[in-house]
Amino acid sequence: MPTLTRRGAAAAAAALATVLAAACAPGSSGDEPESKAPAAVSTDVAKAGNVTLTVWDQEVQGGQKKQIEELNKRFQAKYPNVKIKRVSRSFSDLQKTLRLALSGSTPPDVVEANQGYASMVQYVKAGMLLPLDSYDKVYGWSKRYPKGLMDLNRVTKGGKLMGSGDLYGVSLNGEIVGLYYNKEKLAKLGVQPPKTWAEFDQALATAKGKGEVPIAFGNLEKLPAMQLYGILQDGMTDKEAVRKLVFGSGGSWTDASNVQAAQKLADWSKKGYFTKDSNAVKWDDTPVNFAKGDGVFMFGGTWWAAELSEKMKDKAGFMLPPAAQAGAPAATMGGESLPWSITSKSKHADVAAAYINFITSPEAMDVSVETGNLPVLAASKQPSEALLKEVSGAWAELSKNDGVTPYIDYATPTFTDAFGGPLQELIAGRKPADEVMKAAQDDYTAFQKKK
Amino acid sequence: MTTVARRKTPKAGRAASDRRAARPGSGPPGEPGRIGWLYALPALLVYGAFLLWPLARGAQFSLYHWDGLGEATWAGLSNYTATWTDPSLRGAFGHLLVLIVFYSVLPCCIAFVLVAAMSRTKIRGLTFFRTVLFLPQVVAMVAVAVAWRWVYSADGPVNTVLGWLHAIGLPDWRHGWFGDFTFALPAVGVVGTWVGIGLAMVLFLAGVQKIPRELYEAARIDGAGAVREFFAVTLPGLRRELAVALTLTSIMAIRNFDLIYMATSGGPGDATKVPAYEVYNRTFNTGEVGLGCAIGVTLAVLAFAVTAGIRRLVEGKDA
Repeated sequence: MPTLTRRGAAAAAAALATVLAAACAPGSSGDEPESKAPAAVSTDVAKAGNVTLTVWDQEVQGGQKKQIEELNKRFQAKYPNVKIKRVSRSFSDLQKTLRLALSGSTPPDVVEANQGYASMVQYVKAGMLLPLDSYDKVYGWSKRYPKGLMDLNRVTKGGKLMGSGDLYGVSLNGEIVGLYYNKEKLAKLGVQPPKTWAEFDQALATAKGKGEVPIAFGNLEKLPAMQLYGILQDGMTDKEAVRKLVFGSGGSWTDASNVQAAQKLADWSKKGYFTKDSNAVKWDDTPVNFAKGDGVFMFGGTWWAAELSEKMKDKAGFMLPPAAQAGAPAATMGGESLPWSITSKSKHADVAAAYINFITSPEAMDVSVETGNLPVLAASKQPSEALLKEVSGAWAELSKNDGVTPYIDYATPTFTDAFGGPLQELIAGRKPADEVMKAAQDDYTAFQKKK
Repeated sequence: MTTVARRKTPKAGRAASDRRAARPGSGPPGEPGRIGWLYALPALLVYGAFLLWPLARGAQFSLYHWDGLGEATWAGLSNYTATWTDPSLRGAFGHLLVLIVFYSVLPCCIAFVLVAAMSRTKIRGLTFFRTVLFLPQVVAMVAVAVAWRWVYSADGPVNTVLGWLHAIGLPDWRHGWFGDFTFALPAVGVVGTWVGIGLAMVLFLAGVQKIPRELYEAARIDGAGAVREFFAVTLPGLRRELAVALTLTSIMAIRNFDLIYMATSGGPGDATKVPAYEVYNRTFNTGEVGLGCAIGVTLAVLAFAVTAGIRRLVEGKDA
């Protein structure tokens, strides 16, 4: 019997090998998708006939879900001939399924493709997204948005660089990583919200001395440390240098100021300014701990604001990270929510563009505020909750100063592991700052070479 | 397949002629050799479509550099060399070796001690203990991971007990277990041991019941103690069960993805990265489909080798 099985297996293997030899290499060559001339664009959706628009989004959380449902309802009411087929998945699920969906023969019409070299740039390289510049000319998106925000969704021909080139998406909500603080605790410590990094360091020392946890921090996922590093980097380096570095057009992670930022992170950790065993605490638990009072400060995204406002009411405050000197404009990481893009194989690109135009219109910004989100552009309405007002004020200030820098995990597809891992070692006191930055630079150079 | 048919022909022919002699006119319904394949066909089709075909395609992908989207470029065997030269991947295979000890060797040793104890004394409520110890096998690994994440958390039971010990004068052993570079891997390993013990023990218990009582009596009459009795009677009698237990648990260690994914995601740093997690990570997160497949194929080969090796070692004959 063994020989029989073996011979059977050999025969099967031989058959498979023959089939495989006939089958071609995986993947297909990426043809550059053709872009229409602005004059050929039809903005009249009503004339398009009956259209079903398939839209893949990641707006599954409370306010965001309400927002997109409301916008879809209004769009369909405006154009009864269009039916929107919405497929929504959580952020990480969408990341994983989008690759497969885009490479299929009938991809969705509109997708939320994340910025950065790990997603959007790869899709552009493979020719799966439609350049939107003609639509931009027709609808005037560039006039609506500040340049820095539009550039985040730009990729050069062939997917070489992000941050410039053709436009591949438009975003709806804004987001920044800022500094949350517990007003009650600050008052008890007799500390004012810090305006400079020096003041902030003092505040941390005071908090530590009085037995408080100075900074609520959870870093099980590696990404939180990268965001914290990014904030420190923005405090020490020129914002333009950070942008260039992340977009891959100049600079090095081992530059003196970048190493200094890592050193600061190590110092804070050594002084015990973070939640104990922060490498073992989940990111999602950070705002929970902060709301419970385990932390005087917390660096975190505006996406936590709605939840914290509900739990802490007026006790929570939000501000931009401190500036190098008092009164200087602050810079911090952030940008915009996932951009809405059109796939190159979509049969209804014009309708899709009209949809994207609608969900980023001034009307849509008001819907964003009503549903408790932070609209990317100024809305005519104001949020009613104190914390959300502060968030919206911080965003307005940052946009005015053009102080938004890109998330550093955009830099390479493997950066979360290659830089986030060493950062965990830095926090655990196992690696010095210069070695950590060298690890980041090594991954960065390897990726630049491959591009 | 033709070879198979030819090999079977003489026997089948003889059988056919015998029967024809008994009942003239009614021949057998076809070549038995071929009809056998026909019976197996439905299962074979499913197996081929969902196992062999993906395996072959995976092996093919492993020879390309491919980001999962665009055009693939021929890579030859460079993905396989990367599996061994990339320090983080080499580390992952190192972690696998450690985990095999925790997932496979330790549970079998502990289960042996338990079974040896049970075979000497009669324990009340044996069925109850057996059920409780086997329970981790029934629970989905994802649920196990979530439960243990709580057990190891900053104010979870482990740290609470260590806190009490600290209070009575012992050193402070409290840690953020899954976030600690030194202890994360052993912490994951202990979970595997906890899961594996039940399986090994149930297998051994079944095996022990087949060992004739007389052997134990003879050993006792010869004056053997507990240890001697174990090595002279129990262990040789349990060889087959040991092989099964070692095989199942080490395969569990090799394809250990869900526990790592849910508990640590390979962190902190690369401290708990294992190859099975890297297959997923490289394929879906970092867009290195070719490399991911190469790791997968390497793992499959490794699983075959380990299985064959264990049979040879424990059963003392070739697979």
